[in-house]
Amino acid sequence: MFKLKRDPASQPNSWRTDNLPAWGLFFVTPWIIGFVAFTVYPFFASLYFSFTNFNIINFTPRWVGLDNYIELFTADPLFWISIGNSIKYAALLLLFATVFDIFIAYLLSLNVKFLSIYRTIFFFPVLVPVVAASLTWIWILNPRFGLINGLLDLVGIKGPNWLASPDTAMLSIILIAVWGSGRQVIVYLSGFNDIPRSLYEAADIDGASGTQKFRRITLPLLSPQIFFNVVTLIIFSLQSFSEVFIMTQGGPANSTLLYAVNLYNRAFRDFAMGYASALAWIMFLLILALTLIIFKFLAGRVIYER
Amino acid sequence: MAVLQPTAPGGRATSSEERNYLLRQRLKSVSTHAFLIVFGITFMLPFVWMVSSSVKPNVDIFELPVRLIPKSIRLENYTEATEAIPFWQYLWNSTYYTIFATIGAVLSNTFIAYGFARVRWRGRNVLFIIVIATMMLPFQVRMIPLYILFAKIGWLNSFLPLIVPNFFGNAFYIFLMRQFMMTLPKELDDAARIDGASEWGIFWRIAVPLSKPAILTVAIFEIIHTWHDFIGPLVYLRHPTKYTLSIGLRLYFTQYGAEWGLLMAAAAMFTIPMVIFFFFAQRSFIEGITLTGLKG
Repeated sequence: MFKLKRDPASQPNSWRTDNLPAWGLFFVTPWIIGFVAFTVYPFFASLYFSFTNFNIINFTPRWVGLDNYIELFTADPLFWISIGNSIKYAALLLLFATVFDIFIAYLLSLNVKFLSIYRTIFFFPVLVPVVAASLTWIWILNPRFGLINGLLDLVGIKGPNWLASPDTAMLSIILIAVWGSGRQVIVYLSGFNDIPRSLYEAADIDGASGTQKFRRITLPLLSPQIFFNVVTLIIFSLQSFSEVFIMTQGGPANSTLLYAVNLYNRAFRDFAMGYASALAWIMFLLILALTLIIFKFLAGRVIYER
Repeated sequence: MAVLQPTAPGGRATSSEERNYLLRQRLKSVSTHAFLIVFGITFMLPFVWMVSSSVKPNVDIFELPVRLIPKSIRLENYTEATEAIPFWQYLWNSTYYTIFATIGAVLSNTFIAYGFARVRWRGRNVLFIIVIATMMLPFQVRMIPLYILFAKIGWLNSFLPLIVPNFFGNAFYIFLMRQFMMTLPKELDDAARIDGASEWGIFWRIAVPLSKPAILTVAIFEIIHTWHDFIGPLVYLRHPTKYTLSIGLRLYFTQYGAEWGLLMAAAAMFTIPMVIFFFFAQRSFIEGITLTGLKG
């Protein structure tokens, strides 16, 4: 998605170029209006609010300079806890989901029978509304009567408390997110299907091993899909909110307090809008920095030409 | 992964080597299916558990050892779930939100993408880079000022803050539709222009009909997105008559957390429309996701 299509028929001297520039703007106008109202305005308003003490009761921001940022870095343990949790969540989810989804997509690409059934199964969690899925998982992970500990009980194992214990809650929400990552399987599958079989046949003739074929053929030719999935997964997992807000509300003992959950609590539970705006800006800068780093280090390794 | 790769049959295939190769292929196929079946069952278990719990009478819910297949079936859970919460009201609210948000997304993004894909004008590429850049801005940055803006103009507790922005385009959908429209042959436009069609006529009579797959993809994505949406209604809809299923169901859980039979019945009813929808639109679904991924 990051290398844009060239427009083949549009040479600089094409008669259309300067023919009716107004038409282009005409079509794009709704976006420009929306961009100003719903992106530019909130962007700068949020920056301004982050330097104010602003609660929702009286709607009057009072300038406090850098106070919010100073408090956040020096006097707010929840800020550091939530940033640590979010990084842990994003990193582990990235690792587990990428390895698992590539593995499943690889199996699906092997010309298996019943492909469409398997594909539907792995995609299915995407269809379950986030609230319905979260409630179901709370019930599945119920320490006593839930499905998992119930099954473990059958073989005489006492299961952990999952969402109710600070030791396992984070792992639980990460595994639940892996369960919901079927979109990525579909993207990887399309990547696998695009790799010409002849390359593997040629490698077979040269006597290449499985590992060699994976490293020299599969991985490079899958790189556009990996790049796309890695970037979107990082951006989305750092903003992740709903599942955790429903299942644990950040608990127990703040062990799943993700950054976005902490931010929401500050804004809509404590009504500290100025402070929450400062949190939002730190989040934005973090995502921006991470995206730029990924682009710098990964984009050059992505191979687009087939 | 490496273990599953067949080793080369080798240049001089003797019959025993050949048999060996076939055996390996067999083994590989069996292990592939074994993995897929085990993971597949694991993936479906939550849904099975949801449906199974939704028909269990309360006494069977808290029972050990657990039963995946219910001992007795109590369908009244479903009718009771619709009475325990204003289910039909919530369902209507979710449907209303989904319909109008999807109309907005389809109309605006088709229109906008045409301006980026099929018309050349100065500044187009710069603006398009800005469109892409807005994807990196987290919702949380816009959340607070937009909440205050909508509060000031009296839109809180209405669907307007959730629906109106959809009529002004969305970066991801614009990108998706633009990529699709660029693959349509330019000659069609030129031919139409020679025949005296206006720019509007080309958009409406040529680009829109030919872009149907992309339009369908945007509609599908938006339907799923709004049906699932939790944070939007959570922020803007504070009045119980406006709750969507997402909000209403969670509220019921926070109040009656132990009513798992009714909760799972409600969750199942919330999920079923998406499942039916998926089976009708399955092909466009899968194609749509493939379409968003990046062909050069």
